[in-house]
Amino acid sequence: MRVGVVTFPGTLDDRDAARAVRLAGGEPVSLWHADADLHAVDAVVLPGGFSYGDYLRAGAISRFAPVMGSIVDAANGGLPVLGICNGFQILCEAHLLPGSMIKNDQLTFVCREQVLSVENASTAWTNQYAAGERITVPLKNQDGQFVADERTLDELEGEGRVVVRYQDWNPNGSRRDIAGITNAAGNVVGLMPHPEHAVEVGYGPDGAKGPRTGTDGLGFFASVLHSLVG
Amino acid sequence: MGRVVVDVMPKPEILDPQGKAVAGALPRLGFAQFISVRQGKRFELEVDGDVTPEVLAAALDAAETVLSNPVIEDVVRVAAVADAATIGSTGAGR
Repeated sequence: MRVGVVTFPGTLDDRDAARAVRLAGGEPVSLWHADADLHAVDAVVLPGGFSYGDYLRAGAISRFAPVMGSIVDAANGGLPVLGICNGFQILCEAHLLPGSMIKNDQLTFVCREQVLSVENASTAWTNQYAAGERITVPLKNQDGQFVADERTLDELEGEGRVVVRYQDWNPNGSRRDIAGITNAAGNVVGLMPHPEHAVEVGYGPDGAKGPRTGTDGLGFFASVLHSLVG
Repeated sequence: MGRVVVDVMPKPEILDPQGKAVAGALPRLGFAQFISVRQGKRFELEVDGDVTPEVLAAALDAAETVLSNPVIEDVVRVAAVADAATIGSTGAGR
């Protein structure tokens, strides 16, 4: 299965995302922001970083990149798309997901190993988890506070579209501890924490078996491969 | 050469962390009279020629589709300004 990983100018985590795809058993395919061709990929990851420098607003300029036009069309047709951190911000700016991200409530850049609960284990990107499962993945952001109006938040909650929620501590003031959401169809998922940084022993967060043994993030990439194979 | 100014502010109900940080710093620096601060953005769009109604309409369109995010921000002003326009220039400066 071919999983596209988009690189915008300013993207930082594309190599990590590609590595996560490979470790899960998929074939990573590099996609370039200025190329509208999706090269027949079966799914797409929008990785973290600072696309176009985030100079206007996080993700605001990326929304207009040629590759995003194709991704928006394909996502509306059912293509699985995962946005991580800056990728989540891009999905919101592209209106594939509701809401927006503003600066963290405590104003500082936050970098930590974050505990999450998987609230929705039926999306294209979370079906290999159990509902309610607690996972630990790294989180690193400055504009990570998820906001939306009350009606939108009620809608997300009511439709089970909150995918992952912060546990133990809300690192950025996100409304209702929301760390990630999905669209109504469940193929588009965005989250602020970084599952692609917790996929291989020796490089991720501390886990049950000792320091740097955590691989809880691998489930996101295993899930999309599972949903593609059926 | 014409110039259009677009002012974008965070929506009133959205917490403005930057404004809040500035509001916290002001009294420490001796400015005790300001009880709150909100920080927005000002864009200056230049055109080759006069600012026509069409130019203003395009600026409004750009303001609402690109320059602001309607989820968190309001476009509070789209206006033509003279080249040397400054706001609040009635004082003598510091």
